[in-house]
Amino acid sequence: MQFREHVLPNGLDVVAECDPSAHSMALGFFVKTGARDESTDVAGVSHFLEHMMFKGTAKRSADDVNREFDEMGAHYNAFTSEEKTVYYASILPEFQGEALELLADIMRPALREEDFVTEKQVILEEIQMYQDQPPFGADDLCKATHFVGHPLGQSVLGTLDSVGRLPVDKMRAYFERRYSPENIALVAAGKVDFDALVKLADKQCGAWKNVGATRKIIEAPPHCGFECIQKEGVTQQYVIQLANGPSATADDRFAAKLLATIVGDDSGSRLFWTLVDPGLTEHASLGHYDYQGNGMFFTYLSCAPEDAADNMQRVLDIYRQVEAKGVTVEELDQAKNKINSRVVLASERPRGRLFNLGSNWTHRREYRSVKDDLDAVDAVTIEQIAAVLKKYPLSASTTVTIGPSASVTAPR
Amino acid sequence: MAEPILTQKFDNGLVLLGESIPTAESAAFTIRVPAGSIFEPGNRNGLSAVTCELAQRGAGARDSRQFVTDLDNLGVERDASVSDAHTSFSGATLARNLLPALQIYGDVLRRARLPEDQFEAARAVCLQDVSSIEDDPAQKVMLELRRLHFPDPWGRCSQGDQAALEAVTLDEIRAHVHHRYRPNGTIIGVAGRFDWKTVVDQVGQLYGDWAVQPDEKFQEITNGKQREHLHHESNQTQIGIAYKSVPYKDPDYFQAWGAVGVLSGGMSSRLFTEVREKRGLCYTVYATHQSLRDMGSVLCYAGTSSERAQETLDVTLGELVRLANGIEPNELKRLKARIKSALVMQQESTSARSAALARDWYYLGRVRTLEEVGSLVDALTCESINNYLAAHPPADFTIVTLGSEPLEVPVAVS
Repeated sequence: MQFREHVLPNGLDVVAECDPSAHSMALGFFVKTGARDESTDVAGVSHFLEHMMFKGTAKRSADDVNREFDEMGAHYNAFTSEEKTVYYASILPEFQGEALELLADIMRPALREEDFVTEKQVILEEIQMYQDQPPFGADDLCKATHFVGHPLGQSVLGTLDSVGRLPVDKMRAYFERRYSPENIALVAAGKVDFDALVKLADKQCGAWKNVGATRKIIEAPPHCGFECIQKEGVTQQYVIQLANGPSATADDRFAAKLLATIVGDDSGSRLFWTLVDPGLTEHASLGHYDYQGNGMFFTYLSCAPEDAADNMQRVLDIYRQVEAKGVTVEELDQAKNKINSRVVLASERPRGRLFNLGSNWTHRREYRSVKDDLDAVDAVTIEQIAAVLKKYPLSASTTVTIGPSASVTAPR
Repeated sequence: MAEPILTQKFDNGLVLLGESIPTAESAAFTIRVPAGSIFEPGNRNGLSAVTCELAQRGAGARDSRQFVTDLDNLGVERDASVSDAHTSFSGATLARNLLPALQIYGDVLRRARLPEDQFEAARAVCLQDVSSIEDDPAQKVMLELRRLHFPDPWGRCSQGDQAALEAVTLDEIRAHVHHRYRPNGTIIGVAGRFDWKTVVDQVGQLYGDWAVQPDEKFQEITNGKQREHLHHESNQTQIGIAYKSVPYKDPDYFQAWGAVGVLSGGMSSRLFTEVREKRGLCYTVYATHQSLRDMGSVLCYAGTSSERAQETLDVTLGELVRLANGIEPNELKRLKARIKSALVMQQESTSARSAALARDWYYLGRVRTLEEVGSLVDALTCESINNYLAAHPPADFTIVTLGSEPLEVPVAVS
């Protein structure tokens, strides 16, 4: 296992964790752009653009792109989040060159108007699909309420209205501004030939013009609120809560992950024993998500509508108790065992390492080995978890509930 | 390529299968117990699901809490689920923790406490699962499609139905465990880094003296109905389409599987290209081969906004019918490339391999190595797939829709 890095003259980072014993490899372009980098008049453009990147280039049609990936037997896809857009492929090592040439080519897309019009329909279908599925847009609404006025409150998907009105020239302008080489990292993991990777990256990406993409990082103040949205034709009641938490650059993010595991993992946690195990809820969990400058604790609950108020009160009681009394050594050890096993299992495949590598690099320009992560988890103490709870109380949250109920009593 | 498959058959019928992956840090296991929904009485659909839930609420020396705590401390990433023929318990963990994890599941299979004071909670968890399906239209349409398309009991929903779950008694669960949690028909697959002899010894100690149970017969009842519309107020209409194919054990299986791969594998496949890429009709469209023990079928799904649902159904059915005209050499080339890389990548997942071992044994009574699968795929030709398609053209469709308005099925498609 060897970490290698190189920076092209135009600022594009090339980083890889090379494992000669792997059977396959994964590579991807991690672009530091997402919903938080959008102005309100182009809400949803990052995600729409992600789709358009597969629609062809100066020398390839959309059919060519799909066909050539499939000819390599690549397992490829892309995703967009609040702050990054990632294009990746898992391939056999013999296709490293071909896959990079193709991925690099689609990173300079044609953005043709006729493709834009057709693909807009697919995006509108995707938005409608999520509107029909739990939690029916309550996640976007909760984010918008909690991070009111802050870029992290912006929706990744956008709305039927914002995407419907988006003209192609605004997408082209957004692309020019954000897909600048110093804002992109080429990341690879597995059986990688790094020297060949750098050489080909220089040939394919070396001429990309650096326009100086920037992002302003401002801290979001904590915010509290409660909202109930009635949705007819729905069976269960869904609850989403957001609270502030450590950011992706904060050292206490590992303590936050362990806290979330102890309090709200899908097995053996406090939420599990109080709510899921007795069958009071279909689902109850707490997770920690980190971004540049901010992090958040995300609570998700689904249950019968008549039980929602009581269940929310149980969650709040659990949060207040852990804020007052902290966690036990036994709980912490159990959470460490779970997380360490997950880290090892997720790292067995090159694709798992790719996402870890890419996240660390886009957040902090830092390489962390599997062992670095295991050591960081092992080093967390109950005092550090208490400190996280003091700085970021779980009970200081914004709540949105959606379901058949016209009103749900807020917990006290 | 991969190591040979290790097999140990015990006198009571239990089969242990192993695939050693010495470079892995982990080991994974899949335990299939012959306690699936096909063995439930007709008015107790969901009995296996409650039994599976209750069996994990205390077994052997452990109570419910100790069971979860010990598995968590061993770092076992786990799952338990019910399918047509089996209840499956699977897990993956650091290689050194495989044996203790197997020991815990030995208690689940043989010494489940089935505690009375946990029974209502177990039932409530299963009822929650059933309720959640109501809010997931894509899952709901595919469950209904299976129920219509396959003869009962094969088409049952493994989560069960609300009325049956409410009626299940603890005595029925005890009887189900007694008859169906048994060595004959139980298959255990392990993959990853382990010492085979130690695993064989441990499994022998855990299950060697487990008593054989007699087989039971059940009747198959064909539904006869092939069209259904479920009314649901939603933005999108969900479309499920099924047609008959051959099962996994059939000599023609790879021809059928290859044909579905052309229809729906990768983004250059026919359904993705025609329905999504060219027309922008939907976000999700796919077809997948589904094999039961003696029956095979292809199940297709598309979800689309209601005003464009009719066109989506027409285009999708058109593609299914057109498949009978045959596939092209370049489609076969892409299919083979995709399968080849998928086979190589499967070696990098101990969970995928342990599941494949147990699955193969159930369907075939033996395990195909990745090399064998590779050579079967190499042997596919356009001619062989087209001959298969000429003899088995997609037809006689079962169609279920869910949304605000029913759709018209074109007359040319029966």
